Amino acid sequence: MKILIIGAKSDIAKAVAHEYAKNGHDMVLACRNAKESEIIAKDIHVRYNVHATCMELDVTKFATHAAFVKKIESVDGVVCVAGYLGEQKKSQEIFEETLKTIHTNYVGCVSILNYYANIFEEKKNGFIIGVSSVAGDRGRGSNYIYGSAKAGFTAYLSGLRNRLSKSNVQVLTVKPGFVNTQMTAGMKLPKLLTAQPEEVATSIFRAQKANKNVLYVKWMWKYIMLIISLIPESIFKKLKL
Amino acid sequence: MSLRSWGNYPIMENKVYPLQDVKTAREQVKELSEFIPYGNGRSYGDSALGKNIIHTKKYSYMLAFNEETGVLHCTSGVTLAEIIEVFAPRGWFPAVTPGTKYLTVGGAIAADVHGKNHHSAGTFTEFVESFNLLLPDGKEVECSRKKNKELFYATAGGMGLTGIILDAYIKLKEIKSTKINQITYKTKNLEETFAVFEKIQSYPYSVAWIDCLAKGKNLGRSLIMAGDFEEEGKLEYKTPKRKAIPFYFPDFALNTISVKAFNWIYYHRIWKKESKQRVGIDAFFYPLDAIEHWNKMYGKNGFTQYQFILPVENSYQGLKTILEKIAASGMGSFLAVLKLYGKENKNYLSFPMQGYSLALDFKIHKKLFPLLDELDDVVHLSGGRVYLAKDVRLSKENFAKGYPNLEKFIEIRKKYGMNKKMQSLQSMRLEI
Ligand SMILES: Cc1cc2nc3c(=O)[nH]c(=O)nc-3n(C[C@H](O)[C@H](O)[C@H](O)COP(=O)(O)OP(=O)(O)OC[C@H]3O[C@@H](n4cnc5c(N)ncnc54)[C@H](O)[C@@H]3O)c2cc1C
Ligand SMILES: NC(=O)c1ccc[n+]([C@@H]2O[C@H](COP(=O)([O-])OP(=O)(O)OC[C@H]3O[C@@H](n4cnc5c(N)ncnc54)[C@H](OP(=O)(O)O)[C@@H]3O)[C@@H](O)[C@H]2O)c1
Repeated sequence: MKILIIGAKSDIAKAVAHEYAKNGHDMVLACRNAKESEIIAKDIHVRYNVHATCMELDVTKFATHAAFVKKIESVDGVVCVAGYLGEQKKSQEIFEETLKTIHTNYVGCVSILNYYANIFEEKKNGFIIGVSSVAGDRGRGSNYIYGSAKAGFTAYLSGLRNRLSKSNVQVLTVKPGFVNTQMTAGMKLPKLLTAQPEEVATSIFRAQKANKNVLYVKWMWKYIMLIISLIPESIFKKLKL
Repeated sequence: MSLRSWGNYPIMENKVYPLQDVKTAREQVKELSEFIPYGNGRSYGDSALGKNIIHTKKYSYMLAFNEETGVLHCTSGVTLAEIIEVFAPRGWFPAVTPGTKYLTVGGAIAADVHGKNHHSAGTFTEFVESFNLLLPDGKEVECSRKKNKELFYATAGGMGLTGIILDAYIKLKEIKSTKINQITYKTKNLEETFAVFEKIQSYPYSVAWIDCLAKGKNLGRSLIMAGDFEEEGKLEYKTPKRKAIPFYFPDFALNTISVKAFNWIYYHRIWKKESKQRVGIDAFFYPLDAIEHWNKMYGKNGFTQYQFILPVENSYQGLKTILEKIAASGMGSFLAVLKLYGKENKNYLSFPMQGYSLALDFKIHKKLFPLLDELDDVVHLSGGRVYLAKDVRLSKENFAKGYPNLEKFIEIRKKYGMNKKMQSLQSMRLEI
């Protein structure tokens, strides 16, 4: 088995790579600067004796995607972890920031995953894992640009699942709550609700093997988001969130 | 969040900079006015504490392994626990390991740690072929016994005061089984303890637990454990499930009575003069690791470990004096560890020398430091020294007496501008 990980330098992706390697999978690690991920590939090879190679991929450079897919055609699964939190304030003022957030979290991931959806559909085999976010479950004043891009990605994955389930292709939507990573470094996160990247990775691996559709990590987030989505809009709009 | 050391004393505010990659580290060291590396905080005292901390634990990558020679190239944040997990099932094991496996390779080199096999194998850095060091000016240098050797001898045992160890080539040892054959000897007093130690020199691993509260004719009674890996057997390894101490024990939990009781039970649980066991890696090397955060047992005010070594010719008399002083003070520790060491190496600040070392845990207490000052005097009159990886209170004068190569070390610090930029609470106290 061989998998492709997109956004491979992120803390969550690194943990996912370890988890799949531990379970005997070869892998292609794709990120913006392939040189920087070589150390991850070496590490995985020494620890787990699997094959890991590095490739350059920027999800926002749509024009390069076709060529990339041509080189990395034969994989059994794709895990898309790339993402960009962005700055809400900046996004409100500078459209480039808004565009970067939407392009990284949504358009770029859709662009590359479209190719693999078609390949897997034809093979009638494979899996696609998209790392979205609980932030996409309901737009909040403090990060709705990021949230709306993740909402788009979540809806995309849901549609894709609907289409591909007929072709024996699994689509797993991952919605982390808080995770202790580079993205959240320096933020004060509530300990009980914050997952470690390793925890996210084992949950992803298990959910994929169990053919699950949607995964919240930590699990409490499922219920937190349920409550949040039940708050009537007339009240929700007045909350400071 | 501020980082602490294993002793939970002292507590200070610090700013933590994770070591991500060489490029960012280079910028960090150039920018910061002062800093100190920190591995996994298994040192007891203040050697990894400072205003700005470069935290290396996440910089954990295994880069290459040579199946023929057993040489592993890895970055400094890799822990011995990870090395064992990966390599024990393949028949390799750290050539030297201390009593915890949750330390980093960087910390193992910086303290030049030793284990139960010091008398037969020496220290950790004796199995380090070379390492790459990031100097405080952002330059990266390769150090070995041939290249930049003064930096090698200063950094091995140099307590993080010469730069950031980025990655190292370390030689693992081959094992044929992950089980260890152990012999336990029970001794009546210090004389017998010494006699047994000398008798069992041929075992590659040996260590004694000594009842530091026993007095009079029982002074120095011990359980001595010796052993070696089985010659053949299965290679399998998994860290056993760990228990955790979830909170700090209240102050009264550890007092003379409970410590005495523990020591008494521990000593008397073994009946025979000599008994044999077949045990796993964790039971033999890392009994304390079985309980996560056992350091919380000593309460919120923290604790320290006092470890010293005495040259072999003065060991018996010195130890006797020190044990008498401790027993009289009533401030004893749960686990006092005694061991006979082999030869000294060339590193400027390494701790081991040929002789006996004793390590004792003490709860921080207002009467403690005066007692330790008294013990320092005995140590230095006997020509011994105190271990920096455990220390949190040694005086500058006593430190200098124990480490004859200190001048050389200080010279190198000056030469490379390390004295201006690399500071721990310990180095400031000791004026290194
Ligand atoms: C239960 C227990 C048992 C122990 N048993 C033994 C024993 O048997 N023998 C023994 O020798 N020690 C023993 N120790 C002490 C321990 O092995 C050392 O203190 C070791 O240095 C801890 O490593 P660390 O990675 O946690 O480093 P830290 O404690 O974080 O740092 C220790 C020192 O290393 C420096 N350092 C860390 N990383 C780097 C780096 N990358 N580059 C440069 N400097 C660095 C720091 O600045 C500091 O001076 C024991 C400790 C415990 C908790
Ligand atoms: N941390 C959390 O609390 C949290 C919560 C919910 C969801 N998530 C999601 O989890 C995923 C992983 O994030 P993380 O927390 O591990 O943070 P991270 O380390 O910041 O990971 C983000 C990754 O995305 C990559 N990336 C950014 N732009 C890219 C582009 N144009 N092309 C390709 N890759 C790009 C980054 O690559 P570079 O290294 O090259 O910059 C980085 O590796 C993200 O999708 C994030 O939205 C995180």
